[in-house]
Amino acid sequence: MASLDRPVASNAVVTTGRRFGFGALAALWLATTLAPLAFVLMTSLKSQQELFDSAVWAWPRQVDSSHYRAVLQGGYFTYLRNSAFVVGVSIALILATSAMAAYALARLRFRFNQLLFSLIVAGLIVPLHVTLVPIYLMTRSLGLYDTPFALIGPYVATSLPVSIFIMTEFMRQIPRELEEAAELDGCGPFAIFWKVFFPLSGPGLATIAIYNGINMWNEFIFAYVLTSSTSNRTLPLALWDFQGQYASNIPAMLAVVTLTSLPLIVAYAFGQERIVKGMMAGSLKG
Amino acid sequence: MTTPMGGPAPEVGSGGAAASGWVPAAFLAPALVLLVVFLLYPLEETFRLSLVDWNGLGSSSRFVGLDNWAALAHDTRFWLAVRNNLLLGLLSVLVQLPIALALAVMLDKASHGSRVLKILYFLPLLFSSVALGVIFKNLFDPNFGAINSALETIGLKGLAVDWLGDTRYALGSVIAVVCWQNVPFYMILFLAGLASFSPELHAAAKLDGASDWTIFWRIKLPHLQGTIRTGAMLAVIGSLRYFDLIYVMTGGGPDGASEVMATYMYTTVFASFRLGYGSTIAAAMFLVVTLIATLGMRLTRRFETEV
Repeated sequence: MASLDRPVASNAVVTTGRRFGFGALAALWLATTLAPLAFVLMTSLKSQQELFDSAVWAWPRQVDSSHYRAVLQGGYFTYLRNSAFVVGVSIALILATSAMAAYALARLRFRFNQLLFSLIVAGLIVPLHVTLVPIYLMTRSLGLYDTPFALIGPYVATSLPVSIFIMTEFMRQIPRELEEAAELDGCGPFAIFWKVFFPLSGPGLATIAIYNGINMWNEFIFAYVLTSSTSNRTLPLALWDFQGQYASNIPAMLAVVTLTSLPLIVAYAFGQERIVKGMMAGSLKG
Repeated sequence: MTTPMGGPAPEVGSGGAAASGWVPAAFLAPALVLLVVFLLYPLEETFRLSLVDWNGLGSSSRFVGLDNWAALAHDTRFWLAVRNNLLLGLLSVLVQLPIALALAVMLDKASHGSRVLKILYFLPLLFSSVALGVIFKNLFDPNFGAINSALETIGLKGLAVDWLGDTRYALGSVIAVVCWQNVPFYMILFLAGLASFSPELHAAAKLDGASDWTIFWRIKLPHLQGTIRTGAMLAVIGSLRYFDLIYVMTGGGPDGASEVMATYMYTTVFASFRLGYGSTIAAAMFLVVTLIATLGMRLTRRFETEV
């Protein structure tokens, strides 16, 4: 603990020292963050031969992109397409259903409104893994096993509590005057929702699309358990499947890591602020 | 279709008082149907399956009452997993939060370059746990791993160990990866907390002769108390749910050294084909998480933080 009566004169020295300390800390953490990523990129561009006879932390002597080509030709785009399909459809369903539910919870008066809201928010606590076995059995009996459709129901449902929570809080802040004006114009609840609330909820919808989108994009266990063939699996499973295929080929494995992580990194390059905000807001509520 | 919202309102009504009942029902129905089918019903099924003995095939399911629960109470592997989950949570808090706080204070002060640093620091959060598992499995590899070869290069060969294959280090190695990924999350959380600290207060304290150091410990840290509690709760609850990373890196091994509730549940169901007992583990996991989350919320309710 510091003491309040530290002499003022030494402040300059202390400040310089601390500034240096902060700089060192910033550099140290930056190195810690980037070193594993640099390792992945460097190693994925080495030939297997070079991996064994050069230092791990050395730049590749000769850039070997054959692993990338092999992965791109080996079904990468099938995984990518499945991920895009599952995540796209799920986000559309999450936005539509959570916005509708949130409108009712935020603005319509009905019995048990508060209770229902609390129950939905309580759904946040349920860990994914707890529902895994029944959902697996259900998926089998519905004949959806090993199809991309199997993932949509569980993904949407597990995203709903946090989405409804965020959207309800958001819609509660939309001014009542707008609603009343629309009512005077003869709009019923459905028109009010569609013409006033939905368009004004853009930022809230963006938050839940980003937060849930990233989670679903990276989701592993449901995709692992509910699908089995390459043609129906999503990107996180590409890593798993290639791991079996390339067990001893480390550069190829790391090329898969790079390629599967690339889509989100590209998205991040275009909208860091939005993505950081969305992920933080989602996690804080969840 | 029935809506579980209850209430006196008929599902399909027209005009008058009924209108106020079916309108909310129509708005809520899609979300509620999904929640009931994919969340509530599976949760109930997990508890029901926790009372049977079943290998997952056909009709061999047999009701055994609370036998599974009694077995669970004496299952040392399960308690080891719970202990590892809690250790994971506790160490995550103790390692991540101080580093995150130091970085946040630093970025809060730095005027230039802090934006770029923030963007770069955040990168690990974009990676899936599977990708991280694969990356760090390679880094930790005892023979070809980059960590051991780096230690060798700087003359610390003695520190090179079998990070994931040795029961003494496996859990610690997993925790290191969890911290590597999540420190930036808490850093941004704390940055938001620091941003709400009024510059006037800082200036006033300065005028009174307080050093930056004093201002941090006596004013800013107490100001951040709520944010720190929120962060600690998120870290603990998050760590109770860990699966992907551990499953990919160690599979819960060696010899259960990094086993957590979710990996134990998974292997019991999908490797040992004991669906009943696996469901008991899942149900117990739900109870543990609910208990800790409820306690945590009690502790942090008054400290809601906005980003």
